[in-house]
Amino acid sequence: MKIYENTGSKDTRSGFGDGLTELGKKNENVVALCADLTGSLKMNAFADNHPERFFQVGIAEANMMGIAAGMTIGGKIPFTGTFANFSTGRVYDQIRQSIAYSDKNVKICASHSGLTLGEDGATHQILEDIGLMKMLPGMTVINTCDYNQTKAATLAIAEHHGPVYLRFGRPKVANFTPENGTFEIGKAVMLQEGTDVTIIATGHLVWEALEAAKTLNEKGISAEVINIHTIKPLDEAAIIASAKKTGCVVTAEEHNYLGGLGESVARTLAMHHPTAQEFVATQDTFGESGTPAQLLEKYGLNAENIALKAEKVISRK
Amino acid sequence: MADTQHLKDLVTQVRRDIVRQVHAVSSGHPGGSLGCTEFLVTLYNEVMDHDPSFNMDGINEDLFFLSNGHISPVFYSVLARAGYFPVSELSTFRKLNTRLQGHPTTHEGLPGVRIASGSLGQGMSVAIGAAQVKKLNGDDKTVFTLHGDGELQEGQIWEAAMYASANKVDNLISTIDVNGQQIDGSTEQVLALGDLRNKFEAFGWDVITVQKGNDVDAIITGMKEAMNLTRKGKPVCILLHTEMGNGIDFMMGSHAWHGIAPNDEQLAEALRQNPETLGDY
Repeated sequence: MKIYENTGSKDTRSGFGDGLTELGKKNENVVALCADLTGSLKMNAFADNHPERFFQVGIAEANMMGIAAGMTIGGKIPFTGTFANFSTGRVYDQIRQSIAYSDKNVKICASHSGLTLGEDGATHQILEDIGLMKMLPGMTVINTCDYNQTKAATLAIAEHHGPVYLRFGRPKVANFTPENGTFEIGKAVMLQEGTDVTIIATGHLVWEALEAAKTLNEKGISAEVINIHTIKPLDEAAIIASAKKTGCVVTAEEHNYLGGLGESVARTLAMHHPTAQEFVATQDTFGESGTPAQLLEKYGLNAENIALKAEKVISRK
Repeated sequence: MADTQHLKDLVTQVRRDIVRQVHAVSSGHPGGSLGCTEFLVTLYNEVMDHDPSFNMDGINEDLFFLSNGHISPVFYSVLARAGYFPVSELSTFRKLNTRLQGHPTTHEGLPGVRIASGSLGQGMSVAIGAAQVKKLNGDDKTVFTLHGDGELQEGQIWEAAMYASANKVDNLISTIDVNGQQIDGSTEQVLALGDLRNKFEAFGWDVITVQKGNDVDAIITGMKEAMNLTRKGKPVCILLHTEMGNGIDFMMGSHAWHGIAPNDEQLAEALRQNPETLGDY
């Protein structure tokens, strides 16, 4: 079994910030906008290096999305930064009309997604954002798993023409994907080959999926682990091929089971290769205050629950 | 004052285009379109430096963003008659597979449209982004917007207004169509707007009032005044007082024609009041 090493825990938002800093140096068309959360989004270096290309909009996210749309007219590539909740639900219609329907090359970069922003509680913990964004025609939806991948994704989306939602988070999590790795939008990453069950994970739960695979391996269960960093467009071929091989699937995400990665996987399998599936996700609830670890445990978004669901889905084969 | 007869002839023809488009599909918004006809005709034919061969980025061109997208009939007619697309295409307005969607969009690739609008309150933010990029690009052209007065009830407008002055977006001229009407009645009845001049001045804008907003000569004078105020550190607002349904007597003085189409008899009467000048589509 392949063993992944945590090279030192880091927050995914710093991957975004460092990616943006690098982009600022190499692409003069990149501009950045922030709604009073520059430090939280790790955008300070870009703002310091390129004050003329950094736009502080204040606590006015709707205006930020509109300005970003307008900045594409004249050839700029705007990156907006705020929390996931304020990047999506708060400004859905602005994104829908001024960005997605208008096909504007805006990169909506969202930190503090999911439960793991922790103590701030449910007002800030959006668990619906993947669903909101994936339903918009033409929107690319990416949820990265660690620092290295978030940095690579930040660089990659600047080269992609079209609106993108890039979702990452606040806490320090295991950093295990290759440093300076390539990021291919829409391409699943096979992390671990296996034969008994497929675990398809996104975001912070990819590391948990690898931990679950270790536990399962000790029990003699061979788990395949796939990192779906791009929820839309979805790498359907990779999912179908793995489901054909293992015959059952667990999906894992820090999001509501309604509208998230799991539903996209279920739709794919229902159409092409009906397969038993279990969902590790929140169960149509709001979040609450707590430490990230406490919340992941309470809502079952951890390695332990992924392993339990894997055994359950194997029994349904 | 220069001879403006050619603009007045175009105004009459655009009015015909508006009511004919709306009548043909029994849907659309003639009232606000007619109220802004003189303004848009003047803007596109007397004020803006623009290129009908159309490039989305609009480098070294003046740009216009229609924020109150429901007045698409006047926008389409003015664009077509400025050469952005064939005038004959006006016959496809709101029909299946048309580029002339109910509300303007970039989605079907209609030349002259740079942003979708219809859901209100978004155009000023977009224009600010375009205006700031003009400055980044060393492009000294101006960005124009048009908004309904009822649209000012949307909060995003005031987020944008605050930002534009705080950031000295002084290559922006936003015009408010002050016709005092909205779908449910007068703005006074629905949600009173208060003193718009004081509001925009308090938000840090220079404000010009054009009382005769359906008079081409008055519009030219007002726009020249507005242009002279640009690049002086503040965004510029024009309060353009118009008459909804202007030029067709039975559509004037009421909100009733905001979003309904004339029947055959009403169309005939509207066309009789506005004789063909430049050729119907």
